[in-house]
Amino acid sequence: MSERHQHYPAWHLKEAGVPDDLCPVATEQSPMLPGDWRSFRPVVDRDKCVKCAVCWLYCPVQCVEEHAAWFDFDMKTCKGCGICAHECPQRAITMIPEAQ
Amino acid sequence: MNTTTLDTAPTAEKKPAPQLMLCEGNEAAALGVALARPDMVAVYPITPQTSLVEKLAKLIADGRMDADIVDAEGEHSVLSVLQGGALAGARTYTATCGPGLAFMFEPYFRTSGMRLPLVMTIVTRDGITPQSVWGGHQDAMTVREAGWIQMYCETVQEVLDTTVMAFHLAEHHDVMLPVNVCLDGNYLSYGTSRIEMPDQAEVDDFMGHKDVNWHVALDPLRPMAVDPLTGGSGGNGPETFVRYRRGQCAGMKNALRVITDMHEDWARRFGEGHRFAPLVEEYQLDDAEYAIMTLGSMTGAAKDAIDEARAAGEKVGLIKIKTFSPFPVEALQHALRGVRALGVVDRSVNFRWNCGPMFQETLGVLYRLGRRVPAQSFIGGLAGADLTVTTFRRVIDETRALLTRAPSDEPVWLNAKD
Repeated sequence: MSERHQHYPAWHLKEAGVPDDLCPVATEQSPMLPGDWRSFRPVVDRDKCVKCAVCWLYCPVQCVEEHAAWFDFDMKTCKGCGICAHECPQRAITMIPEAQ
Repeated sequence: MNTTTLDTAPTAEKKPAPQLMLCEGNEAAALGVALARPDMVAVYPITPQTSLVEKLAKLIADGRMDADIVDAEGEHSVLSVLQGGALAGARTYTATCGPGLAFMFEPYFRTSGMRLPLVMTIVTRDGITPQSVWGGHQDAMTVREAGWIQMYCETVQEVLDTTVMAFHLAEHHDVMLPVNVCLDGNYLSYGTSRIEMPDQAEVDDFMGHKDVNWHVALDPLRPMAVDPLTGGSGGNGPETFVRYRRGQCAGMKNALRVITDMHEDWARRFGEGHRFAPLVEEYQLDDAEYAIMTLGSMTGAAKDAIDEARAAGEKVGLIKIKTFSPFPVEALQHALRGVRALGVVDRSVNFRWNCGPMFQETLGVLYRLGRRVPAQSFIGGLAGADLTVTTFRRVIDETRALLTRAPSDEPVWLNAKD
């Protein structure tokens, strides 16, 4: 269980006497977040960003964070889909491969 | 078709005389479902199953059955809706056949994997194409590798009794698997016979406590993700996936014992008129030199032909498979102990082996016998064709011939022109 998750009241199969070879179930949340499988990350050009919030509107995982003069992204939950970069009217967002 | 009700008041005697009725196989299945008191049924009509679900709808509308009925928009939804119902703790039922079963396949496979104790009648229908709405076992045979228990019925009474027992079997803690009760489209679905209705209170006692979702549940008090992504090549994925597959096989294996015990218990409670061979029926087999194998409603005509051959001095017997899945290997091995030639009659086709599916499954059992038994595949009764006493005379004759000559690699097509 990762620190970034609250404990979830798990139902313990073993304590309930349920064999572990019946129906596949998970009683603990996966510690993975969308950011764990991102292969491209959005990078904002702060000079170009005008805070129009189009990226905020389109982001499917709602990871857009507001800053004083620009918008940025929460990298724990950004899955790297690139919709923000595609929709940005100012072309202020570039998708950079995580490997770089 | 009849005016008697399910809950006819018992007479003054301690044990009331059994209630006798005339009904067709589809109606008997519906009455069996009502006796088992499911909480939820979901239906989509399809020939030759339609009169079954119409009867269920009527039983519910008339207040003779206390269940929610869902008229879903197709069979895929029918079974998906029932999975949700079972996960919430409901005893659930549906019926389908042929193309309906094909449309249902994705949730069909998942039902056994999730170990949900659903009961589904397959009013067996031949496969399309050629377009056909008539009986045949092709639909049920086609899904035999999907982890469901499948029991085939011979008579209308057996349909009724097996339908009730199917719920008990599915929910048995050592089994926890969905069950198909297979009844022959046309011949059993619309065949009208006399039946003896089991007493509702005695059925309630037989069924015992309902316990559907003790192992997996949609329940805020015990939250869990149902059927999460499992497997892959890394971490503990492969071993976890294998654990569940082995669990399914263990449930199937346990079912052989539970089916046997359950049929014995049922006959003890309801009388000899309700005694049916649980896995394999042996008929006139004790001193038989050769035997024929049957499945489902064809067995009646086959038994008549055996009686006739016996009267003529032939040492021939009959083996009927009731439980096709799990395949009753040991019971069949026992039945074949003295048999020196075997003819297997299928009402469906195994395209891969160019024979009948039951024939192909039986070859594995013959291998385990450790001695060579010449066997011949017969395919007949496709798309509603009749299997008569005359047909079985031919099957008996051609099987007897195997005592002195080798079997053919080709199946014998019983309803062919040649």
